[in-house]
Amino acid sequence: MSEKLTIGFLPLVDACLPILAQEHGFAEEAGLTLDFVRDVSWATVLDRLLYGHSDAAHMLAPLAIATTLGRNRPPQPLSAPFVLGLNGNAVTLSNDLAARVSAGETLGNPRVLGENLAREVRDLAARGVKLRFGVVHRYSSHSYMLRYWLAACGIRPDRDIEIVTVPPPFVADALASGEVPGACVGEPWNSVCVERGVGTIVLATAQIWLRGVEKVLALREPVLEDRRPATEALIRAMRKAGRHFVQPENWQANAEILARPEYLDGDAGLILRSISDRLVLRKGGGPVHYSDFMFQYREAANFPWVSQAEWLYSQMLRWDGLAYSAEDAQAAARVFRPDVYRTALMGTGDILPGASSKVEGSLRGLTSVTAQQGSMVLAQNSFFDGGVFDPDDIPGYLAQRP
Amino acid sequence: MRIAIVDERAARASVIEEGLRELAGCEIFILAERKGLLARIEEISPDIVLIDLGNPSRDVLEEYFAVSRALARPIAMFVDQADDQAIGASIDAGVSAYVVDGLHAGRIRAVVDLAVKRFNAFARLQADLAEAKGKLAERETVDRAKRILMDSKGITEPEAYGELRRKAMQSSRRIVDIAEAVVTAHELIGK
Repeated sequence: MSEKLTIGFLPLVDACLPILAQEHGFAEEAGLTLDFVRDVSWATVLDRLLYGHSDAAHMLAPLAIATTLGRNRPPQPLSAPFVLGLNGNAVTLSNDLAARVSAGETLGNPRVLGENLAREVRDLAARGVKLRFGVVHRYSSHSYMLRYWLAACGIRPDRDIEIVTVPPPFVADALASGEVPGACVGEPWNSVCVERGVGTIVLATAQIWLRGVEKVLALREPVLEDRRPATEALIRAMRKAGRHFVQPENWQANAEILARPEYLDGDAGLILRSISDRLVLRKGGGPVHYSDFMFQYREAANFPWVSQAEWLYSQMLRWDGLAYSAEDAQAAARVFRPDVYRTALMGTGDILPGASSKVEGSLRGLTSVTAQQGSMVLAQNSFFDGGVFDPDDIPGYLAQRP
Repeated sequence: MRIAIVDERAARASVIEEGLRELAGCEIFILAERKGLLARIEEISPDIVLIDLGNPSRDVLEEYFAVSRALARPIAMFVDQADDQAIGASIDAGVSAYVVDGLHAGRIRAVVDLAVKRFNAFARLQADLAEAKGKLAERETVDRAKRILMDSKGITEPEAYGELRRKAMQSSRRIVDIAEAVVTAHELIGK
């Protein structure tokens, strides 16, 4: 008899691992049946999780931390034992703005692009106009990556430009109507903008922080404790789904599964673009290859590094204008649960890092790291401006940021 | 008390509005348009915002409540944490409520309870409607099957109905199932 888990998600390509775990029978092998509840706003995904309509959810990592800290609702501790993927989002600008600031046929250099954008922002400010960018949620890595990039290029978010929330399915409309001339969103929604001819993709978030943390699988902490064996079974099934997901011979079939009405209800051709690292940047353009645009499997990509949670907490302080609190930092760090990930995969032969925390942004090339199981090489982990995040000194890190 | 109802389904919004009218001293505003939503909210300056759970504008609204300096009084979801059961009931019914901080808990409770009732009533109405539509479709199928039998066997309408009924009783199935089989067979085999 298999155990049932209900999983909430938003129609985005990075909801792929639980969906494919179910569709390819990896969940069944692990003794699980997965049911899915699709929603159109993160608030709803969160409410369903908090009030038991779902057992686990595809969730913005910063939102899991904000919920634990009680930033947007009465606090409820959430746990993330599995990272659903690294990177995978992009910045899309209106064709007009893109033509003024972007180099051309390929994804631009983030520094050059940012400086061009800064000049544009100053020009507009002189005419009393403020640029407005859309992100999918206030507590999202989209917001934090976009802000990180702009701030490092001399644009101060909230002062020089406005950043507002635009739900992913409405980004194309918002670009078309001029409501926002730029947005940071996940796939397939950038590609939808391109296909509708209303936007140009100018930057991948992987160019801002290569191997930056994206969505997590989140559960309420008491649910995780109650259903620990099922959660661990799900982790094993999703690792298998990840291995399947990154093999080129499976790309087309997986894109078609994700495109189904009950999942993303979208175009398999558009979904295939991000899965295969081949984005079409502007309407009518050819595919541009960008390696590791989204990163779901290799290098233990799903391992919830505590330092990732701590970086997100540091950005929450930075952009909410709050002071560092050791207690909050600890609560935020505790959201990520490498201990659960480890026990789930112990003995499976899958690679497991030796440490649970690392200095983020410090890897410029292939680096061997201590592994508890298997042999582990991390290729790269870097911020575009060379910034290095030491989780032991969050106030020091923030003091150095513009 | 000023209550804003945000719902892109205008029919449901009016069902809720009707329910809330029985509360004394309430001014009710319906916002069915996604466009210009925040500007309207700012203009109305509501004490309570009721929005259907699945509304795509919820993240936009929550951000506005979190950062807006325009609202003199902060607004938050489910201010009274003690009321967990009521929150659960409203989530089950598919309605979320955002409430101005400091509003009297009893009054909030009355509004939310009513909204939940009306949401459930609307859901029942929808279910009834779907059932009625299903019944209508069933009748059409039976009519088509009767027509096929009348044409192919040269019998009258009551006779055709009699045949369908007899077959249904023999095989302990519903008349509509037999009628569906007749229609399908006819489509496959042709005229």
